Amino acid sequence: MAEKSWLTEFPEMDRSDLISIRKTLDSAYREFSRAYGDSIEAFFDPLLSFLSGFEQLLLNSPWWLVLISITGLAYAASRSWKLSGAIALSLLAIGYFGMWEDTMRTLSMITVCTVLAIMLGIPIGILMARSDKVQKVFTPILDVMQTMPAFVYLIPVVMLLGIGKIPGLIAVIIYAIPPVIRLTNLGIRLVDKEVLEASTAFGASPMQRLVGVQLPLAMPNIMAGINQTIMMALAMVVIASMIGVKGLGQPVLKSITNQYFTLGLLNGLAIVALAIMFDRVSQAWAKRSQQYREGSHV
Amino acid sequence: MSELISVRNLYKIFGKSPEKAVELVKAGQSKDELMNQANHSLGLKDINLTIDRGEIFVIMGLSGSGKSTLIRHFNRLIDPTEGEIIVDGVDVMKLSKKELEQFRRHKMSMVFQRFGLLPHRTVLDNVSYGLKVQGIKKDERLQKARQWLETVGLKGYEQQFPSQLSGGQQQRVGLARALCTDAEILLMDEAFSALDPLIRSEMQDQLIELQEKLKKTIVFITHDLDEALRLGDRIAILKDGELVQLGKPEEILLNPATEYVEAFVKDVNRARALTVETVMQPPVCRISASTIGGALEQMKKLPERYGYYVTDEGYQGVVLQDTLEEAAQTNASDTLGEDMMEELDAVSPDAILESVIPDTLETDYPLPVVDAEGELQGELSRSNLIEVLGETSRQAA
Repeated sequence: MAEKSWLTEFPEMDRSDLISIRKTLDSAYREFSRAYGDSIEAFFDPLLSFLSGFEQLLLNSPWWLVLISITGLAYAASRSWKLSGAIALSLLAIGYFGMWEDTMRTLSMITVCTVLAIMLGIPIGILMARSDKVQKVFTPILDVMQTMPAFVYLIPVVMLLGIGKIPGLIAVIIYAIPPVIRLTNLGIRLVDKEVLEASTAFGASPMQRLVGVQLPLAMPNIMAGINQTIMMALAMVVIASMIGVKGLGQPVLKSITNQYFTLGLLNGLAIVALAIMFDRVSQAWAKRSQQYREGSHV
Repeated sequence: MSELISVRNLYKIFGKSPEKAVELVKAGQSKDELMNQANHSLGLKDINLTIDRGEIFVIMGLSGSGKSTLIRHFNRLIDPTEGEIIVDGVDVMKLSKKELEQFRRHKMSMVFQRFGLLPHRTVLDNVSYGLKVQGIKKDERLQKARQWLETVGLKGYEQQFPSQLSGGQQQRVGLARALCTDAEILLMDEAFSALDPLIRSEMQDQLIELQEKLKKTIVFITHDLDEALRLGDRIAILKDGELVQLGKPEEILLNPATEYVEAFVKDVNRARALTVETVMQPPVCRISASTIGGALEQMKKLPERYGYYVTDEGYQGVVLQDTLEEAAQTNASDTLGEDMMEELDAVSPDAILESVIPDTLETDYPLPVVDAEGELQGELSRSNLIEVLGETSRQAA
C-alpha cells in the first residue's frame, strides 16, 4: 500500500510513534524539572534577591531623588544638557500619567538583564574571537537563540522555574544576549593585525594584548552590541509579562485582551521613552570615549 | 665585529602540512610548482646568513620574496618550518612562551610599515608602550618616552593621538617607541615604504644620524634598492624565498650575482649610490722625497709625468715633472718648495660620485682621495669614473 501513497503524500512518521516520542520527551523533562527544579531555583536565588533589591531601591526611594539620579547619570555619560533635560521631562510625563511604578520595575529589569548579558556576553565573545572552533560551535546556537520564537523557550523555562521574575529574566537574556556576543567577536576579529602584531613584538602577554589592544579597539563594535542588546531586552518586556514579570508589559498585555487602546498606547510610549533614553545615553557615552577617532587627517 | 644573529638552513612553508612540503622543496620544487602541485606556499628556502653586531643589515626583495616573513622569524612572530635562529647565543626556537615574551621585551624592538601605533593612546603612551609591557613605573617610562620623542623631533606632540599626525610623524613615533626599550636589535619592516619620497629620505638621514650615536644592530627590510644602498652596511637580496646575493652595497652594484640582481641594479643611479672609495684606484704616483732631485728620481719610476706630494703631515699637492725639471735647473736650493706644487683639492673617500664629477672634469689629473686624517688613500681618474658610470648607461640602453 505504501508504493502508491508515498508519491502523492509525504511519507509521514506513524502518528502513534510521534505521540510516544512527545510523551517520552515531555515526561522526561517534567521529571527532570521535578527532580532538579528546586535546586536550580535555589541556584538563582542570589540573582533574584539582587533583582528584587534593585527594584525595591528604585520603588522605595522618593520619586524626585530617582529622577535626579537618572538625569544626573545621563548627564555624566553624555555631557549634554539637552539630552538630560529631555530625559527629565519624559520621566515627569511618565509619572504624571501614572506609570511611574511600572516604569521603575521595567527599568530595574532591563538594567539587571543588560548587566548580566554584558557579563556573560563579552567573555563568550572573547572566547569566540580567540578560536575558530569555539566560533563554529557558538554561531548556530546564537542563530537558534535569535530566531526561535520566544514563546517556545518560555515553555521549558516556566516548567522548570515556574512563573516569576527569574524565568522572565532568563527569557529576556536568551533573547537579548546574541548581539553583544556577536559584535564582541566581530570587533576583536576586526582589530588591525599590525597593531596587534606590534603589541606582540614588544613582548605583550595574551592578557596585555586583550586588555590593552583588542578590547579598546573593539569597543565601538562592542558598544553597538550592548546597545542592540538593550533594545532587544526592552522589546522582550511585553512577552516576559506573560510569565508574570511586572512592569510596563503587563498593562500592554491587559490592553490587548480588553481592547484598551489608550492604556496600551501610553504604556507603549513609556517603553519607547525608556528605549530612547538607553540608546541616546549609551551612544553619547560611547562616542565620548572614542574621541581619538576624531580629528584624523590621514 | 662579532656575530649577533645567525640563521641556519631556514625553511618556511605556508599550508596545511608544511613538513611534507619541505621535502618537496628540498627535492628541488620551485615556488610555482609547489603552489600548483601541492597547494603550499613557499615562504623561505634554505636561508643562511649572519648579522654582525652594530651593522645595518638590509634585506631586499620585491613583494612575495619572503623578506617580511624572514624578519618575523627573528622575534618569532612566525615560526619556521625548519631551521635554526640563534640570537646572541640563544636558540630562539627553544624559548618557552614566557621566555619568548622576555626576549621580545628586552632584546629586539620593531618598526612597522603601517606604523602599528595604538590609535586610542596618546603619542607619549605609544612611545612608552614597550616599557609599560615590561611593567616599568609610569613616571619613569613617561620621562624616558619624552626624551626619545625629543630625539626624533616630536617635542610638543606628546598629548596628540596618532591619527592627528602626518605619516612621517607617525613613523617617528614608531621609531621612538622602538628605541625607547633600549633593545639591542632594531627590526624595521619596510619602515619608510609608506612615506612619500621627500619624507622618506629625511627619515633615512635621521636613521643614519641616530645609528652613528646608538650603534644598534638594525635589520632593515625594503623593496627599494636605492634605500638599501643608502642605508645598508650589507645587503641580502631575496627572490621567491631564496637568498640570491649577500654582500656590501658596492659588491652588489658592481658584481651582481644573477640576472635578477642585475635587472635590479641597472636602474640604480650609480653616481648617487657609489662612493669615491669604491671606485678609486690605489695611489701609484706618490712622491715623498723632500728634495727636487729625490722627487725627480721617484717620478722617473712612475708611469705618469706627475705625482702626489706626501709628507708626514699627509697630502700636500700635485707636482709635475716639467715643473720639477725646470726648478732643478734654475733654483739654487734643492728643497721642494710649495711654489712648485699645483693646487689640487682632494676629495673624501666617503663622498658620493655625483658630487665629484665636476672636479674630475675640471682637472687634467686624477683627483687625489684623502681621508679625514689627511692620508692619501687613492686616486680617482676621469676614466675610472666613466668606466663605472658608463656601464649603467650601456645596460640601460
